[in-house]
Parts: sequence; C-alpha cells; structure tokens
Amino acid sequence: MNLFSVALKNLTRKKVRTALTIGGVAIAIAVLVSLWGFDTGYQKSLNNDIDKMGYQILVTAKGCPYEAATLMLQGGGGLRYMNEAVYQKITGDPRIDKITPQLVATAYDTTKQEGRGGISLYMGIEGSYLTLKPWSKFKSGKWFSSTDANEAIMGYEVAEYEQRAVGDKIFIPGRNEVLTVAGIFERNGTQDDGIIFLPLKTAQKIFEVPDKLTGIGIKLKDMRELSKFEEDLYNEPGIQVISLAQVKGTILNLVSSAKAMTNSVALIAVIIAVIGVVNTILMSVFERTSEIGVMKAIGASRLDIFKIIWVETTLICIFGGILGNVIALVGGKTIEYILKQVLPYAPKGHLVVITPHILALSFFGAVIMGFIAGIYPAFRASSMKPIEAIRKGE
Amino acid sequence: MKKPVIKAEGLTKIYIRGTEEVYAVNGINLEINDGDFIALMGPSGSGKTTLLDLIGCLDNISSGSLEVFGKDVSKVKENKLVGLRRGHIGFIFQEFLLIPSLTAIENVELSLYFARRPQERKKLLQLFDKVGLGHRLNHLPKEMSGGERQRVAIARALAVSPKFLIADEPTGNLDTRSSQDIFDIFKKINKDEGLTIILATHNPKLGSQADRVIYLKDGRIISKEDASL
Repeated sequence: MNLFSVALKNLTRKKVRTALTIGGVAIAIAVLVSLWGFDTGYQKSLNNDIDKMGYQILVTAKGCPYEAATLMLQGGGGLRYMNEAVYQKITGDPRIDKITPQLVATAYDTTKQEGRGGISLYMGIEGSYLTLKPWSKFKSGKWFSSTDANEAIMGYEVAEYEQRAVGDKIFIPGRNEVLTVAGIFERNGTQDDGIIFLPLKTAQKIFEVPDKLTGIGIKLKDMRELSKFEEDLYNEPGIQVISLAQVKGTILNLVSSAKAMTNSVALIAVIIAVIGVVNTILMSVFERTSEIGVMKAIGASRLDIFKIIWVETTLICIFGGILGNVIALVGGKTIEYILKQVLPYAPKGHLVVITPHILALSFFGAVIMGFIAGIYPAFRASSMKPIEAIRKGE
Repeated sequence: MKKPVIKAEGLTKIYIRGTEEVYAVNGINLEINDGDFIALMGPSGSGKTTLLDLIGCLDNISSGSLEVFGKDVSKVKENKLVGLRRGHIGFIFQEFLLIPSLTAIENVELSLYFARRPQERKKLLQLFDKVGLGHRLNHLPKEMSGGERQRVAIARALAVSPKFLIADEPTGNLDTRSSQDIFDIFKKINKDEGLTIILATHNPKLGSQADRVIYLKDGRIISKEDASL
C-alpha cells in the first residue's frame, strides 16, 4: 500500500464525479491539441501550396491585393486582365530564370455538386508552365498537340470527379466549345489538381480575351535580386507584383487574428477545467475530513496528505490529458471539415496536423494543470488539525 | 515496579467558545503505567475524549504538564506531535474511521506505510487472525458489520506495535454482544502482550472489567477505582 494506490482508489469512489471532471479536462485539452494541430497543419499546407507553385513572383493586373492573393492561390491569377505585351516585354530580362504566362478563367457549371452548381476553373498555359513545375507528371496522355489545339489537360481531382479519360470530349458551360482530353496529370497535392488546363491561345479564344493574361509566374535566377526586380516592375503601368512571401504573410496575418481569438477560447476552456478540478477535489477533501483526520492521527505527515490529494488531482488531469488527445486525434477530421467550410482560404492537404510533439506538449500541459490545480486543495487537506478533522467528520 | 507511560500533573485544556473559556480538562493529575488497562467513565461532556486527545498527543495542552513515555510534550508544537504519535500510539474511534475505498488489509497496510514500517504479509495475517478477521481480509468496510469494522480498526492500531492504545468509546456503535467481543479482544491483548490500554466508555458493565476505572465529571477526576483492590 502506498500513497499512489490510495489516491487512485479514492478517485474510484465517486465514479460519475471523477468521470465528469476528467471529461472537462479532456475537452479543454482536445481544444488545445486541435488548435495547435491546426496551427501546424495550416502553415505546413500553405507552405506546400506556395512552394509547389514553382514561382516566387506573380505579376497580375492591378487590383485588390487580398483578392489577388486568394484568387492566385485558387488558380494562379486575379481575374483582371493585362496585356500580353507585358509578358513579351519582361521575358527577356536577364535576371529571370523561368517565366510563364497564365490566363485563368471560370465557368459556372450547373451540374456540379449534385446539381447545386459550382465553379469550374480553367487555365491557359504554355509549355513553360511545366518547366516551372517539374513535378507535374502525366498520369495518362500527353501535352497539347499544338499551341492552339482544342484540347485540355485535366488535373487529377477534376478528372476523377468527372470520370474523364484521355480522348473524352468535354464541354465548357456557356461557351459552346468542345475540347478533347489530351492528358491527365498525376495528383500533386496542390490547387492544380482541380484545374482544367488549355493551351494559352485556345483559352484566349474561347473566353474571348485575345492577347490578355491574368498573371505571369516568374522564378528568378537569384532570389537576392527580388526587391530590385519588383521595384523595376512597379514602373510598368496597370500591373502589380506580388511576391509569394507577401502572399504567405498576408494569409498568415488573416489567420493569426482568428487564431488569437480561438487561443483565447482555448485558454478559457483550460481555466474552466482547472476551476472544475479544484472544485471537485476541494469537495472531496471536505467530504473526507474525518478520514484525513484519522490518517494524521495514525501518523500521516502533512506531506503525506498533501501528496495524496496532489496525486489525485494530477491523475485526473493526466487521464483528462490522455482522453483529450484521443478525442483530438479521432475528432481531427471533423474539425478539419468544419474549418474548411469556415475559412476564406483553405490550402490543400491536411489542415489539422497533430504531431507527436503536440501530443507530448499537451500531455505535459495537462500534468502541469494538475500540479497547479492540486496545490490549494492539497494545502487545505494537509493543514487540517487531526483532532478537529476527526470531530468535524463525526 | 512498573514504568510510567503517561504522567500528568495539573493537566488542563481550555477551549474558547465565543467569549467564554471552557475547561474541558481541569487540573488532572494522573499516572498510567506500562501494562495498565484503564477505563475512563463519566457522563457526556465530562472530558473523557479531551483527556484521551491530550494523552494521545492529538492536541496541545493549555497548562500543567504531560509526559508521554518520559518525554515532556507540553511544549511540543502541534505539527511536531505527529512524530510522537507515529508508530507509538494506537487509536481506535467510536466511528471506526476506516478508509472506505480500501479493503480491510489495505487499511492496516496504510497505517504501516504512515508509520514507515515494513508491510509484512505474514505478520498481517497473524494479526487478522488475532482479531478474528482472517476470512475478511479483502472486504471493503461497507461490506462488513460494525463489529468487524472495529476489529479492522483494532488491527490497524496494533499493526504498528504501539506503546499504548487509546480507544474512545470503541463499543459505542455496537450491540451488546459485539461490544463484549471487542472488549474481550482488548482484555486479551492487555493480558497476553502487556499492552497499555486507555479506553473511554459509557458502559459500566464493560468499564468494570478494566484494571482501573477513572470517573470524570466537568473535566476533573472524581474517583479512581482499582479493580484489583
């Protein structure tokens, strides 16, 4: 028999009360783990999205930078047009390693989402697009047969969704044009998976924007030239330069304000859980007044009593921590689904990534919570005078 | 010549109730020797429990002097008294006061843990046999009768091999039959092992079976009877 067994057995005395208190801690820990998981997952996915774009700078027509940032991540350009002449002008710049023009267009497809309708994304590209994204591989088929062919290459997901194979005919809603599927890309985990690619000239013709582009993706030979290069481009009329580092910053800024809010909610949940634990343990200390008195009478030191109560509190928090981690792991998918519905921009991939590091940290947090919550009740119990405790309890 | 275990002179305990001073124990002179079996008797509020608390080192005295196993405890602070009690004094209460979540044997083991003594299973089994509970080792207090619970409490007190035993109304919650059974255990321990026992009781029939009966009233000793005389 030792203090640990005494504490553990005490917890089983009022099972419902113990379970409810553990539940309270578990919810707080689950919220904490999910938030930390979201923090990690979102940044990771966002980095992945941006790194997989292949370019560091996007030149677009002037417009709202936030709108441009969001649209760019969803398809590579703001839906404002600039003249293709800009591309011709800057393409010869010796600082540029790779450059590719893009024309993004959308069409409303009434058959999408089981008849509720949705936007289909199209992008006109040239061969240079692939040099910026060397990881884009064909699952089947091949590149367009010519620069103005009525052909399409489908992203992995959109092809899966529409059940398309090479050689199929696809129809662009509202455009009366039929395209032949020339190829289908492999899945690469970015927004490209959801885009239908056309040859640039074909896209300009079908969407009736001849000689227009929505964006130009650029990769520099030397990143240190970036600020000078951006500065030079500012002098060009009607365009703006967005560096992806900026976009990342902008999105993270948007997310961080929401994060501050959710962190406060998590903090409140933790505080409420701590108060709940303190309350439960205090109640059980007062109920056991005469027991504590008799333990002191038969030789328990103040430290012995302190330890029993402290271990009880810490055990509640440890069990709560374990349960909270399990809830977060199991419920992570649901939370991810909800977040994807709510967030203005959700990157591809997992939004909530719960790493062993987060689990360990939250578990450690639960233990600390137990230590803190246990101090006062343990102090109260250990300060009881044996004689008063025995008489009070009788 | 028997060694004195407890020696009190002018032992007084005053409680403050509102603005009034209550003399729960009032100038008691008492000597209890090794191997004594003493019954404290008297009406409710006569000071039996307070006297037991003082000689059991559960509470500080207000004035007078008190020596327990030759040690002057009158100036020992309340939080230091635990060191005196631990392993030296066994307690038995009217309400049994067992830990409800622990089985009979675990309750006894816990007292050994607190007394920093080894928990030897063999000795514990012998002890349970001695109190007639060898078959109830793994039962929780709620599964036992009052008499059985008090036997567990006696085993708990004896486990640490105390120098004396303090029992405050140990039969107060038991029927006549169980009361006599419990009292017989005390008598046997006193006789066989020579353990000093100080017991408070309301029951004159039981009290008269002790070696010595001390009658208390309003915190004072009104008579001492020696059964052997």
